[in-house]
Amino acid sequence: MTLSLRLAWRNLWRHKRRTWLTASAMIFSNVLLVFLISLQYGSYEMMINNTLQTFSGHIQVQKAGYQKNPKFRNSIAGVQPLADKLRAAMPEARIAARAAGFALASSEQRSIGIQVIGVEPAFEPGASTLPGLVLEGRFLQGENAAEIVIGSLMARNLKVTTGDELTLLGSGLDGSFAAGVVTVVGIFDSGTSEMDRSFAEVPLDYFQEVFAMGDHGHSIALALDSIDFVDIELAKAEALVSGQNGVVVIDWIELHPGLKQAIQADMSSAWLMYGVLIILVAFSVLNTQLMSVLERTHEFGVITALGIKPRKLAALVMLETALMALIGLSIGVFLGWLVALYFNTVGFAYPGMAEVAERFNLPGKMYPTVSLISLLLGPAVVFLFCLIASVYPAVRLFRLRPVDAMRAV
Amino acid sequence: MTTGQHLPVAAMSRLAWRNLWRNHRRTLIMLLAIAVGVWAMIFMTALMRGMVDQMIEDGIDMLPGMVQVHHPDYLDDPSIENSMPEPAPKLLQALASPEVKGWTSRVRVPAMISSERDSRGVTLLGVNPQGEYALGFNPDSLVEGRFLESPDDTGLVIGRKLLERLETDLGKRVVVMSQDPENNVADRGFRIVGVYEAKLASLEEVYIYTGLKTVQGLLGLEGMISEVSVTGEDYRDVDALLARIGGANDGTLEVLPWMEIDSYLGIMMGVMDGFVLVWIIVIFLALSFGLVNTLMMAVFERIREIGLMQALGMKPSAIMYLFLLESLMLLALGLLLGNLLAIASIRPLEGGLDISAVAEGMEMMGVSSVLYPALKLRDLLLANVVVIVLGVLTSLLPAWRASQYRPVEAIAKT
Repeated sequence: MTLSLRLAWRNLWRHKRRTWLTASAMIFSNVLLVFLISLQYGSYEMMINNTLQTFSGHIQVQKAGYQKNPKFRNSIAGVQPLADKLRAAMPEARIAARAAGFALASSEQRSIGIQVIGVEPAFEPGASTLPGLVLEGRFLQGENAAEIVIGSLMARNLKVTTGDELTLLGSGLDGSFAAGVVTVVGIFDSGTSEMDRSFAEVPLDYFQEVFAMGDHGHSIALALDSIDFVDIELAKAEALVSGQNGVVVIDWIELHPGLKQAIQADMSSAWLMYGVLIILVAFSVLNTQLMSVLERTHEFGVITALGIKPRKLAALVMLETALMALIGLSIGVFLGWLVALYFNTVGFAYPGMAEVAERFNLPGKMYPTVSLISLLLGPAVVFLFCLIASVYPAVRLFRLRPVDAMRAV
Repeated sequence: MTTGQHLPVAAMSRLAWRNLWRNHRRTLIMLLAIAVGVWAMIFMTALMRGMVDQMIEDGIDMLPGMVQVHHPDYLDDPSIENSMPEPAPKLLQALASPEVKGWTSRVRVPAMISSERDSRGVTLLGVNPQGEYALGFNPDSLVEGRFLESPDDTGLVIGRKLLERLETDLGKRVVVMSQDPENNVADRGFRIVGVYEAKLASLEEVYIYTGLKTVQGLLGLEGMISEVSVTGEDYRDVDALLARIGGANDGTLEVLPWMEIDSYLGIMMGVMDGFVLVWIIVIFLALSFGLVNTLMMAVFERIREIGLMQALGMKPSAIMYLFLLESLMLLALGLLLGNLLAIASIRPLEGGLDISAVAEGMEMMGVSSVLYPALKLRDLLLANVVVIVLGVLTSLLPAWRASQYRPVEAIAKT
């Protein structure tokens, strides 16, 4: 074994320049793959976290069908007691009950249609980051206070600041006319223009009173520390709400079908591109190894005449390829790791990216994730394809006839 | 170098061609690699282009128009206070010029729509139906009922998704509430006369249409509108259109092209051009290692022969020329194959590639669920030029090395 290893290593350096050129092709692709895959993983992670943490949470409890068709009447009775029950049984999750409706908000000068969310002032700051993004004024305090927190663009469009009053007009759960006067206590800036333009929060008790909802609400959001816990917590929540009629528990994939699909679409188009790169490297390896086998026809003829089995020669060629691919892999991963690490600290940006990123709840700069999988996934596939590419040159050796081969120059 | 001292071009070409096929396996593998690389350059570019083109076109349809005229404060604060008067004679004259393919004026105000079941915040558009058609409103998008017939039409056309949300139906009445310039709530009942479907489902929940005069009457806005939208022939080149409309501006209005109104769309176009170039160069770099390797091996195998040719009086420049010619032939063949492969694979997809499995994800980017690859001559040429120019440049090194051997030493090499 050590003998063939030494043999393979020496054979590799018989054509120094060729070996390095082929290894360089691998290094080039590996560095590129490590960087791009790390960047992809980094942006997916950020996209999921930003989207879920801002408002929706990882899991929600809703009335069946509400997610597809968020009708006002599709509400859960006794939403706060249910949230309390979940809170008592699931200490790992940060849980908040909510109700959601549309209203025409009027200031002294302007009126616009907005989305009003009734939230529990005590629990909402745990379940979403929005309360923390209140830059002016404060978040809601009183359980039943006539207070409202609105987005920065909405504040600008309505021409109001903290302390001003807004009139809300809408229709209640029973179809009655719903109206209320609320004081703007805080203005948040989430960075997502859609949210900043049309989103507002009032205390849940007050919401229920204005919209004649009794003890009803529309959802209970559960925020977790990581996406990895979703399955366990989902099962727990399901067991807890099983007694309630028509109430379901759904995870983030169902809450944001677009998110998962955007990741899938990006993944598949990215792998189409990576695939092309990898195939080009494999061609390079195929060419090199085929040449190196053809050059040695005479030598291989002599060796087989001396009694070495073609199987051993084929293994030698594969071993040479593996060694070369290992050089490409280690240098490629090392350099790729340096590049990813560099951008992991300073962030990566290119012109126009900030505008595109905002659509996916991403900041203007992206930070690649440096993990074992993001470092090794691409290079491992390159390694595998290099080995596959050398199968043809190796298999040719089985057809080698010693006498003819020895005549070759 | 004077051609007199060289072999004639025909002889050199024949020599290079024969050299190319001395090791046919190696040449075939390299040829295949170049073809795959070129295919990838063109194919992926066509897919991306198709996606972005469509996104921009749909975006412009939604804006709508390639150039818009507003009150100077309207874009910053799209409220009813920042309305503008209906086009003055000078503007009307500009709108009749040949650069203008179609134009319309609209009132666009935020509103609340309520059925007896539910209510939603929407954008109410008061439109002139003829103008909407001129601007590219597609009558086929109407799935039920009719579109508006005149600016005085009091019917309401809403999106299919909004109709479902409100649990109402064609022919039923809904209430629309908005605000007049004095901040009084203005509301009236409307009968739903038509239901449309949009390429992007989210838009169906946002826009509701009624007659321009109806909205002006409701809001006390006689003679005032929110915007004039103008469309021309080619969205990539709006300078002439912009100059013409801008020329009719008396200074009280703002005239902007689409890329400034929706900066996301404008930036996407630039990002795309940059991406195409980066992609083509990355693929070329991956190819170049193999190309240099192949030529190096060819030179290495023929050292003795090179020495012999030099000893017989062939100039070093001619040897370099010979190797470059061989590389050029390899590149040209690979390009030919790659181009054919790309065109052959794009043609069957021109009817549209269904990606509805990830429709909601694509919608986040503003892309609808059918992708039409767009093969642009410009991209095709770019890929070919990059491969030929950079390919010949990378071949310079091995070719130059080949010309630097000393005849005696080279012949002595085994």
